[in-house]
Amino acid sequence: MFNRIFAIAKKEMRQLKRDTRMLFIVFFFPVVLLAIFGYAINFDVHHIKIAVYDQDRSLISSEYFDLVTYIDNDDQIKKMLDEKIVQAVVVFPKDMSRRLLSKQEVKIQFLVDGVDGTSANVIQNYVNAATYSYSIQLTKEYLAVTGKNLYVPIDLQPRFWFNPDLQSTRFLIPGLMGMILIITAVISISLSIVREKERGTIEQINVSPLSSIEFILGKTIPYIVISLINATIVLLAGYILFDIVIKGNMLLLLLGTFAFLFAALSLGVFISTIADSQQVAFQAANVTSLLPSLILSGFIFPIESMPIAIQVLTNITPAKFYIVILRAILLRGAGISAFWDQLIYLGIFGLVFIALATLVDKKSKNK
Amino acid sequence: MNAIEVKNLTKVFGKFTAVDNINFDVKQGEIFGFLGANGAGKSTTIRMLIGILEPTSGDALVSGYSIKNQSDLVKKNIGYMSQKFSLYNDLTVVENIRFFAGIYGLDGKKYEERKNWVLKVADLENMENVITGSLPGGIKQRLALGTAVIHEPKIVFLDEPTSGVDPISRRNFWDLINELSEGGTTVLVTTHYLDEAEFCNDIILINAGKLIAQGNSKELKTNYIKNPILEIESDRIVDSMEILEKEKWVGETSIFGNYIHVILNDNTINEGHIYDLLRDKNGISVKRVEKITPTLEDVFIHLIEKDSKKNVQ
Ligand SMILES: Nc1ncnc2c1ncn2[C@@H]1O[C@H](COP(=O)(O)OP(=O)(O)OP(=O)(O)O)[C@@H](O)[C@H]1O
Ligand SMILES: [Mg+2]
Repeated sequence: MFNRIFAIAKKEMRQLKRDTRMLFIVFFFPVVLLAIFGYAINFDVHHIKIAVYDQDRSLISSEYFDLVTYIDNDDQIKKMLDEKIVQAVVVFPKDMSRRLLSKQEVKIQFLVDGVDGTSANVIQNYVNAATYSYSIQLTKEYLAVTGKNLYVPIDLQPRFWFNPDLQSTRFLIPGLMGMILIITAVISISLSIVREKERGTIEQINVSPLSSIEFILGKTIPYIVISLINATIVLLAGYILFDIVIKGNMLLLLLGTFAFLFAALSLGVFISTIADSQQVAFQAANVTSLLPSLILSGFIFPIESMPIAIQVLTNITPAKFYIVILRAILLRGAGISAFWDQLIYLGIFGLVFIALATLVDKKSKNK
Repeated sequence: MNAIEVKNLTKVFGKFTAVDNINFDVKQGEIFGFLGANGAGKSTTIRMLIGILEPTSGDALVSGYSIKNQSDLVKKNIGYMSQKFSLYNDLTVVENIRFFAGIYGLDGKKYEERKNWVLKVADLENMENVITGSLPGGIKQRLALGTAVIHEPKIVFLDEPTSGVDPISRRNFWDLINELSEGGTTVLVTTHYLDEAEFCNDIILINAGKLIAQGNSKELKTNYIKNPILEIESDRIVDSMEILEKEKWVGETSIFGNYIHVILNDNTINEGHIYDLLRDKNGISVKRVEKITPTLEDVFIHLIEKDSKKNVQ
């Protein structure tokens, strides 16, 4: 039995070695994804370019703000924002220092480029925070001069656990692993089985004493190995490029990955039983796995903020469960108690699709 | 015991009956020819016999095992070469051999021995590492047959193995079939070539899913056409046919290359009547008229036309 499984696996590897298109999908795609999500799509907002129209002339720049230029009239404000030279303009009123010293209220105008809504929000938050702390500082100084202490009733001090610097790459790496493994698992396994149908080679396998289980195991072993290699590459890249260390247990990570691969491969096998051409299989794999794992898995968009109907729909992608497991292990270093339910979901998911695949396959014997 | 016993085998796809209640036996070690026009139901029958398609009703014993309930045991005893080319074009010759040996569990000395045998019969010694897709058609077919019997099955099913290959390659392929048969393997082969049917020990003919004739080639020629056949060589074949078909004593006419074959309804008609009709009455120059024994082609055309007429009524 093992010899026969091995014969299939070896044959699959040999074919893969000569199939440049498949090799491209399996190895190059992940690298591209890693580059895109690691560098290009970065949700962090740093180095906001601002211009200052300081009718009073006094400001310091910080890590969050790069002071690009000073401007000195109203017309330039529009020009700076229109031409995207800066993302925000601060306008200090002419009599600011005088008003501050005379304890009058000061109005600072802050103009933000609202085209990129996310960044605009972040910028607004930074500015609010900065203004707040500067006001408190001024108040303290003023009170100190008069010999009194400031009482601040509530001082909010947010701390972000598990991802203290709120780096989005940290958050994205687990999702990225899910996506990449989905590609190697669902897409490549379904294509590789359907290709045998298309070319008629499956007939020869059907008449041999090989059982479907042996066939599927033989077929999937190479892709399991490739998936594990890819997962390692992503984790190494995460460590080298983005300083992400695996906080949790490696064995648990492997266990979670196997559970995920089981689910994803079953989905791939199921697709291969309903599709008759590689083109159909590719489309089906795309629609049922790649897109959901990008949109519905919680990879980028948080599931809790989706409408209920969509939240239910998110269960069609095994990546959703895997991402929860990965975030728990990679970022929190959590133990199995934090995600055992996800493992069970993945197991059920895999079993359901294997059962469906067997059913469809049985039926096709009558056709 | 017969190698194959087919009993009332039927396959219905939706409302369409592709194989209609057929019965036949294949003797151990013989070459059994399975003939029929395109769409007659040959491949469907074979797919049931090898256990990859479930019959709608009826059953068959292949090597003593029921295709209905024991398809796993059937599979252990057969080899199959499908109508589509079924080797991996992107693997080398030896990789294909190794793969098929692998799924039949051959290894060690046995594997070496069988590998060398396949390479020998396919004429591919010293060409083990050539990519299979780049081989000429005839060689590919022999390699496919070699791998299909790599595990030395008792029975081998060949579905149109020689379609689309040149006459020399077909001859070589049949040499290999004969070699297998002499070694005791039962061979069931479908074909459209009637010269190939002459090499078979027994033949069946199916039309529209129904079995319409069976026997060896001699029996077929004598049992199914009782009336005399005349072969006519003339210079205006189509005109001659039209004239002949108007006569009451002409049963069927068909064109064979440059000749016309006429099946007569009337035993008293002879060569003289033909010369009289074509040359003297219609001025067609007739080179030769000869009484012949029917060829398999005569028999099959006759049977298929008769069956099709019956189906229309
Ligand atoms: N899975 C199927 N579903 C529906 N109809 C089918 C199916 N397989 C075959 N048929 C039909 O059954 C008939 C017999 O097909 P089959 O392939 O057995 O013919 P064949 O004798 O092998 O012909 P050929 O010489 O062209 O190979 C055809 O009309 C075909 O269209
Ligand atoms: Mg056929």
